[in-house]
Amino acid sequence: MARFLLRRLLVALLVAATVMTVSFLLTRLSGDLAISIAGPNATQQDVELVRRAYGLDRPLWLQYLDWVARALQGDLGESYFFKDRVANLIAERLPITMSLGLVGLCIALAVALPLGILAAVRENTWVDRAVMLVALIGQAMPSFWLGLILMIVLGLRLGWLPISGTGSWQHYVMPGIVLAFSAIPSLMRLTRAGMIDALASDYIRTARAKGLSRLSILVKHALRNAAIPVVSIAAVQLGFMLGGSIVIETVFALHGVGFLAWESISKNDFPVVQAVVLVLALIYVGLTLLADLLNAALDPRLRAA
Amino acid sequence: MSGAVLAPAAARRHGRLLRHSGLVLGALIVGFVALVALLGPWLAPHDPFAIDLSRRLIPPAWMEGGTAANPLGTDQLGRDYLSRLIYGARISMVIGVLTVVTSGLIGTTIGVLGGYFGGRVDDAVVFAITARLSIPVVLVALTVAGLMGSSFTLVILVLGLLLWDRFAVVARSTTMQIRNLDYVAAAWCAGCSRTAILLREVLPNIASHLAVVATLEMALAILLEAALSFLGLGVPAPLPSWGLMIAEGKEYMFFSPWVIMIPGIALFVLILGINLLGDALRDMIGTDIAR
Repeated sequence: MARFLLRRLLVALLVAATVMTVSFLLTRLSGDLAISIAGPNATQQDVELVRRAYGLDRPLWLQYLDWVARALQGDLGESYFFKDRVANLIAERLPITMSLGLVGLCIALAVALPLGILAAVRENTWVDRAVMLVALIGQAMPSFWLGLILMIVLGLRLGWLPISGTGSWQHYVMPGIVLAFSAIPSLMRLTRAGMIDALASDYIRTARAKGLSRLSILVKHALRNAAIPVVSIAAVQLGFMLGGSIVIETVFALHGVGFLAWESISKNDFPVVQAVVLVLALIYVGLTLLADLLNAALDPRLRAA
Repeated sequence: MSGAVLAPAAARRHGRLLRHSGLVLGALIVGFVALVALLGPWLAPHDPFAIDLSRRLIPPAWMEGGTAANPLGTDQLGRDYLSRLIYGARISMVIGVLTVVTSGLIGTTIGVLGGYFGGRVDDAVVFAITARLSIPVVLVALTVAGLMGSSFTLVILVLGLLLWDRFAVVARSTTMQIRNLDYVAAAWCAGCSRTAILLREVLPNIASHLAVVATLEMALAILLEAALSFLGLGVPAPLPSWGLMIAEGKEYMFFSPWVIMIPGIALFVLILGINLLGDALRDMIGTDIAR
């Protein structure tokens, strides 16, 4: 168990280091960052000034080491556009993105678990096929398009929810639904497959033979075993959702980290972009580590390994 | 008694029929879009780039105010919507196919090497997959497009270089299963080189699994291109990418929802068709591996 955890932790740290390098190189690969920052109307002199002011005249490896050393102390640099510390900007917006991700995950689980169980219990009937059809439709739905449709229907026609912006909890409902759509198909398929396996196993036959109620067999015996992979995939899905929230936050003008990244990309504000890539990737690394831990905690067989 | 015996068989036949219909429907949709993409210039009734400001936002023919000259209406610059939709199919299909070819080559190479050689090589491959998965695709694609200026080629390159993870995962696990089979050992004993074994024994036997992944990735690539174009950093205007058409129609969607419905439905149906095809393919080879 301890060896398993140590190995996972080591891999996570290595991935984090790789991600740091990637997010640094990402903003340098276009060639001259100073030209991008100075803008299209800048003279050669302006570009030189920008280059020196932002320390872009130093060799690449020195810039990299400097950035890493500062980032390790929590200093992600200064935004060119917002004239604020990048760490502050992200700390301000991260709760919004996190709430959105959690709302999305809760909606996804609330839909995927019951439907997945239902499909497994009624395997190979029309109920099962209807559920799988829902999964197919969810997979094929472009998220930004679904967002726009919800805006027209729920926002404009029915007037139930605000169309866009940040503020009350209502602003999270539509983006949450859209975000959930991306995670529902895989969670549902996984729940269904896990439940079908569990329901066919010997301990379920034993439980039935003992005369336990159907509900208690489903929830206490089958679901417990089927839920192990679902829980760990849910943690990973949350990571994907946070990474994908940039599209949805932009559609709904929800001012989270994704929206910040989009704004910064269009304004050539690269310290911010670089930092958002890093932070989202690190959160993903953390969540996969959490998934492994959850897996080990839920499944005693893994602990022995 | 005969009823009890027959029932499951009938249910199975029923299930096969449904799966079969999924395959047919998926093949029809993808085949149709591919044909439209191929014959685009001959099918389009108008020039998809021709602007006519006197004929802006004409609704589709079946709605009030529509004309037969523009069956799907015109956009905010008076360009024929059907023609743009047809040219958009070309963009989606070309991006889908080229991205899959690029990412498939990368992912399969990495995955097969890791699965066949195992040990240190495999450790490195698993690490590469883990690292790649932790990098947010959309954000990185947007950043690169923002820095280098978006273009058709750039979208294909960025997506192709990012979406190889599932190919690698599947190629690796299937190669591991095959590596220890007798015919691989037999080929080795017969004096085949490693390259020959990988190309002639391993690759043909994992190809069907890779085909399933290819459908999934093609659908994903088309969706991502649409999202990037929607955000203004994918395929640049005036190219009629379906995502870009939705973005351009967004301002008018509250008054004339059809401007976003038409390209959106096209996108939805194409992705559904590709996924149906992939699901049927997976059922045919009988595996859960690519799920």
